[in-house]
Amino acid sequence: MRLKLDRHAALSVTGWLAAGLLFFPIAWMLLTSVKTEIEAVATTPSLIFTPTLENYVAVQERADYLKFALNSVVVSFGSTLLALALAVPAAYGMAFFPTKRTRGTLLWMLSTKMMPPVGALVPVTLVFRDLGLIDTLAGLVVVYALINLPIVVWMLYTFFREIPREILEAGRMDGATPLDELRFLLLPLALPGMASTGLLAVILTWNEAFWSLNLTAAHAGPLTAFIASFSAPEGLFWAKLSAASTMAVAPILVFGWLSQRQLVRGLTFGAVK
Amino acid sequence: MNQPIKGGRGVNALPFVAPSVVILFVWMIVPLVMTLWFSFQRYNLLSPELSGFVGLSNYSFLLTDPSLWIAMANTLLLVGGVLAITVVGGTLLAVLFDQDFFGSKVARLLAIAPFFVMPTVSALIWKNLLMHPVNGVSAAIARALGLQPVDWFGQWPLFSVTIIVAWQWLPFALLILLTALQSLDHEQKEAARMDGAGPLAIFWYIVLPHMGRAIKVVVMIETIFFLSIFAEIYTTTGGGPGLASTNLTYLIYLRALLEFDVGTASAGGVIAIVLANIVAAFLVRSIARNLDA
Repeated sequence: MRLKLDRHAALSVTGWLAAGLLFFPIAWMLLTSVKTEIEAVATTPSLIFTPTLENYVAVQERADYLKFALNSVVVSFGSTLLALALAVPAAYGMAFFPTKRTRGTLLWMLSTKMMPPVGALVPVTLVFRDLGLIDTLAGLVVVYALINLPIVVWMLYTFFREIPREILEAGRMDGATPLDELRFLLLPLALPGMASTGLLAVILTWNEAFWSLNLTAAHAGPLTAFIASFSAPEGLFWAKLSAASTMAVAPILVFGWLSQRQLVRGLTFGAVK
Repeated sequence: MNQPIKGGRGVNALPFVAPSVVILFVWMIVPLVMTLWFSFQRYNLLSPELSGFVGLSNYSFLLTDPSLWIAMANTLLLVGGVLAITVVGGTLLAVLFDQDFFGSKVARLLAIAPFFVMPTVSALIWKNLLMHPVNGVSAAIARALGLQPVDWFGQWPLFSVTIIVAWQWLPFALLILLTALQSLDHEQKEAARMDGAGPLAIFWYIVLPHMGRAIKVVVMIETIFFLSIFAEIYTTTGGGPGLASTNLTYLIYLRALLEFDVGTASAGGVIAIVLANIVAAFLVRSIARNLDA
């Protein structure tokens, strides 16, 4: 009994130590965000200070912060909706009316995801320039919808496959057409799966930085670009950087925590469940 | 279970699937063909009048340019370094967090948090708050211990980037491997314990083999992502000092968007595509095997 208790205590200490180390940078960012700029750069960091919200106020007051945040929201939700609109019918078709080409199609979709973005950097930049899509929200929405489309199709496909066929059979007996089936039976049943698929797409888009840094400038930049702009001047605005970072990270952290299970399925294309 | 419905009354799924397939095909093939095409052209956006077909000279220029080989070596070091840290660390953490301990659920949430931090934020937090040679936490700790603070990005640029990326991806490995671990039959472990197997033997002969496939998936998915590391370099070192932390992705970015050299950048893009495809072939095959199961 004694030994068991000791083991449990040792395990708890090790576990919390590991978690604490991994979480430390985020905790430090939170702490710095409520310091004054002078305290934030003190060479001997203090743990005892009067917390202030002035950095959050200052960041909010920067006219462009809200614009960047709004861009992030528009781009991540817009691209997710577009990807879902394309992917729901595709996943439905492949999950419920499979042909001998279905397997190949799924794997091919997966393989398009393997294309390194930098391989497409030059063409996409040039095409976007010619179409006037550089630094526009529409351009980013399209790019992210396409980038996430394979993952979204795959995740929806695995969710659709888990829906009991008997329910659909019954609907069919009652004379439901495939479209009725999709609307009245499948969508309600698949809603939880679609929600977590959408959540993953939002998370991935919100945090993506290759295309957002390369395709935007002052107008359509999302929060990834806003934060990156803090790296340019050598002025030490660490407290404000921390406040802006906290606001950029917080919503996605909550989303991520809520959807960690489904995330594994989506990120490994169903290979690990 | 889950048999496809037989005799779908001749339902043709093509109209459902076609839009996604066509759009993805265009999204893949247009950039691919253009990149290939440009890689055989002399084309600089600053002097477009000099354009024309130049055969393989972009490739020979790149392949004889030492910066490509430096970037390749950096890419390998970066991918290899982060892989080693995340796979070994992720396996140990997964075993740790698979146990029940005081507040283990909350601790687990804290441990996976870094994965949800956007790359530009994590890069700047590490660069300034943690690794800054004067005002950073690491400098304060070094001084407290009577040591000389390390100028991380000056002295160890690639290693510093490796640490940042590893911090972001350790939770990913943990999350995937923990999921795999939780599907392990606990009776099997119990039986082994009854037979007198120690914790190390159980880990080596039962846990590790069970996680083998998940580890493989983690390695391949991470490799695909790590070949394209960009934001962490962009916001910290800018590839420097010199080319010390420039990987292949960053080199192509430099050529394309800073020097406007479309031809050479495209040739580099083709090389990146070939590299990624070698890894992708293994990954797709491993996932395909699972699709039937």
